[in-house]
Amino acid sequence: MSVTAVRGGSGVEGIGSLLRRPPGWLLGVAVLALWIAAWAGLRGNDTLALPGLGRTGLHDWFTGLKGDLIDSRESNVLMQVTGVLADLLASIGGWLQELVAQPAFPRPVPQVGWLGVIAVAAWLSHAIAGWRITLLVVASFLSFGLLGLWEDSLDTLIVTFFAVGIALAIGLPLAVWMATSKTVTTLLTPVLDVLQTVPAFIYLLPLTLFFGIGLPAAVAATFLYALAPVVRIAAHGIRSVAASTLEATDSLGQTGRQRLLQVQLPMAKKTIIVGINQTVMAALSMATIAAFVDGPGLGQPVLRALSAQQVGTAFVAGFCIVIMAVMLDRTTTAASVRAETVARAGGRDVRRHRIVLAVSGAAALVLVYLSRTYLWAAEFPDTDLGSSVAAAVQSGADWVTSTFDVVTSGVKNQVTALLLNPLQDLLANSPWWLAAVAIAAFALVLGGVRGCLTAGVCLAGIYLTDLWNDSMVTLTMVLVATLLVMVLAVVLGVWMARRPSVDTVLRPVLDAGQTMPPFVYLIPALLLFGPTRFTAIVAAVIYAAPVAIKLVADGIKGVSPTTVEAATAAGSTPWQVITRVQLPMARGGLVLAANQGLLFVLSMTVIGGLVGAGALGYDSVLGFSQGEFFGKGIAAGAAIVFLGIMLDRVTRRAAERTGAGVH
Amino acid sequence: MTAALSVDQLWKVFGPRADKIVGSPDADLPRAELLDRTGCTAAVKDVSFDVAPGEVFVVMGLSGSGKSTLVRCLTRLIEPTAGEVLLDGEDVRTMSDARLRELRRTHVSMVFQHFGLLPHRQVLDNIAYGLEIRGMKKKQRHARAQEMVDLVGLTGNERSYPDQLSGGMQQRVGLARALAVDPTVMLFDEPFSALDPLIRRDMQAEVIRLHHEVGKTMVFITHDLAEALKLGDRILIMRDGEVVQVGTAAEIVAAPADDYVRDFVSDVPRSHVLTLRYVMRDPRPDDSSDGLVMGPDTIVREAAHAALTSDHPVRVVDDGELVGIVDDETILRVVVAEEAVLA
Repeated sequence: MSVTAVRGGSGVEGIGSLLRRPPGWLLGVAVLALWIAAWAGLRGNDTLALPGLGRTGLHDWFTGLKGDLIDSRESNVLMQVTGVLADLLASIGGWLQELVAQPAFPRPVPQVGWLGVIAVAAWLSHAIAGWRITLLVVASFLSFGLLGLWEDSLDTLIVTFFAVGIALAIGLPLAVWMATSKTVTTLLTPVLDVLQTVPAFIYLLPLTLFFGIGLPAAVAATFLYALAPVVRIAAHGIRSVAASTLEATDSLGQTGRQRLLQVQLPMAKKTIIVGINQTVMAALSMATIAAFVDGPGLGQPVLRALSAQQVGTAFVAGFCIVIMAVMLDRTTTAASVRAETVARAGGRDVRRHRIVLAVSGAAALVLVYLSRTYLWAAEFPDTDLGSSVAAAVQSGADWVTSTFDVVTSGVKNQVTALLLNPLQDLLANSPWWLAAVAIAAFALVLGGVRGCLTAGVCLAGIYLTDLWNDSMVTLTMVLVATLLVMVLAVVLGVWMARRPSVDTVLRPVLDAGQTMPPFVYLIPALLLFGPTRFTAIVAAVIYAAPVAIKLVADGIKGVSPTTVEAATAAGSTPWQVITRVQLPMARGGLVLAANQGLLFVLSMTVIGGLVGAGALGYDSVLGFSQGEFFGKGIAAGAAIVFLGIMLDRVTRRAAERTGAGVH
Repeated sequence: MTAALSVDQLWKVFGPRADKIVGSPDADLPRAELLDRTGCTAAVKDVSFDVAPGEVFVVMGLSGSGKSTLVRCLTRLIEPTAGEVLLDGEDVRTMSDARLRELRRTHVSMVFQHFGLLPHRQVLDNIAYGLEIRGMKKKQRHARAQEMVDLVGLTGNERSYPDQLSGGMQQRVGLARALAVDPTVMLFDEPFSALDPLIRRDMQAEVIRLHHEVGKTMVFITHDLAEALKLGDRILIMRDGEVVQVGTAAEIVAAPADDYVRDFVSDVPRSHVLTLRYVMRDPRPDDSSDGLVMGPDTIVREAAHAALTSDHPVRVVDDGELVGIVDDETILRVVVAEEAVLA
């Protein structure tokens, strides 16, 4: 989820224009001043506001299109193909569900019960990642059962791994192809860019057209979302195999095939497994969100509880998602490390390892047999742990809410009054054309002519979705949340970069934070702030902060120690070193952090429709729940995509212009 | 006797439409002008030389002189733009891919500056890689690799991984890998530039020893003049892609082709390089005929002690004929001139 490759650019053009033009910040202030002046006179005109339950002809046309498409199932080739695919996904998925999660008729329980599932999972994790990970895996599975969410947890795992399997089967060959052919790279890169820029949530609604709802749509969406990381990272890994090694082995007369199989793939193995890790984590986050299209799994209880404002119940299911994320992340990470240590251990250990695996494999099979034969081993014993945890959390939450209400609503009101309302007033209550011109002007200042052109196209796209006003409200939330993220990122990033001890403590927390599916962040935010747009902002800040903090910290660490030493030797105070040397020299990292922050925040403010974020998020959620608003949901999705591409491209261009040559 | 390696009017031009440059008037332009006019860089410009079987031929030049490009053109790791490369009389440039692979597998092997080892393989499997890709059975190739391990002095490290070895030892692996395929020609691309001076000296001695033992034809690229003088039977000096001078160490030091080479060799200890041929004077009738007899290719330093302790000047004799006389004064002039340089 976290890896969005950023292409470097030349800073030459930037330097040239710096010489000729006044500094960017001055231009920015000028644009803002002009905008405010015009807004003061024209406020409230032509805002294109559309009520929450309002629809336009365009939206109804989209809804009608859905009907037409469904009616054309018999004749339309695309519909027929996707229909066959959907049936295939449904039958394989159904088979997997009956294997481990759902009752397999005529049995009252699945083919393999909980004991067998845990035994196989333990054996697998031992084989690929070592016994420490096995303990984690067993404990994780037991907690799914004890919390009363065994079935949902396994459903989530099925969707995740089904989609990951397809993503790897297609993605790995694609990565090899991409790494060896410039043409393929040129063709695929923009597609992967879009796949990774678009918030997960947006994939879902259009996919329901072709795959219906339920497991097939969930698997298809999860596959699409999980494909990009592995292709991109594996291709990068293969491409970064040292040129000197390739040349040396070429000089021995190897064939292209030998080059790939014996040099490139083994040397890229670790990076490829990192790609697989990212793909698994992306799949998990999508598999939970797929609850919106009735995808089976843990997302469903979260979604139900969030809609009903039951923080306690949502917490239990969210906790299972967190456990699952940690388990999957640790396992795949450990697998990448282990692949190397096992290879290096030499002959004797490998043999012993094989014997242990054979014996434990046999034991696992016995347990599988038991779980097919005895009910106690098939059906996870009922506990009321889940409901008592839910109740405890609920009462704790109520206590927190009532006790700290003064603080939380204080924060909420301050931010709302000082930042959110004024900015929203400016963006959403300006005439649409004024806001569009102002945004394009900012894009010009930040991203140059190319940035401005992209922004222009995206703004036109937003206008055409008939959701201009909602888009401006969502943009406001995104900007405010990103501002908060950047404040956090600079403060903590500087702290981490300057104090190794802080880095040691914070980094694992941030790493863990980055692996969590966005869904779970809504829960604590909802607990603290209730259903408002501010809640979505808080969730977005928590979600986006880890990646931004790390990018800032790494950017500052990347500043040449010699320069810092020279500045210190010249008698700078620490504050001067930070503000005059480290931050300016790390501005590439800062812009990149802002870029990633914007994209993460955008995807969260959209899901936040569920907890009162309103605007485009609300339109999307409405599209899922009510048939006649399907078209509006699609339009909202398109508007979000335009917003995302605009924010991404403008900040990327800005990064290139600051000379941030980031891989 | 045919040359082991023969290079004739070889060109490598990088850039758009590079193949159009050779033969056009643009080809004669200096580097910067060519780049300005065409966007191309001529890394190797009209280079010709022959290497005899068993010879150590050194190509020397500063960075950017095109020497690394040149050596890569020899087995088409970089595709030459124009010219001819003959290995044992066979034209490399017209070879099919399969024949070229065959050539690389059995005939020519190469040692690289940055080693280019496979980090996921143990030393033994790194050395055996060239044998493995030509389909040799595991047992055989391991036996052969083990011989190479012993030959380059890595015994006991067969099971190590490259990152567990020092730079010098990694380069011994690179050397063993190149030797394992039993090539007739070995190419060295600045193999010791990344090593510490002391290790470098050891490795140079190692190459000299191996050359005595296995007698391969060697083409050795370096930017280090001392290394070139030490290893090379003959030395080719390159600058901006062009050949400046080809000759033995003594020829180059005694008669530099131009100011560039002269500047280069100015602080070389001349007595270590020059032979009597370059310092002797013509014999005169009144010369004593009792002096020591030495060949014209004797290095001055090696002659100095004997010459100075003898009462008579050294008689330089080639094929039984007296060709020159070296007296104490001549020897002292060479040595003293050098002291002046060193001071």
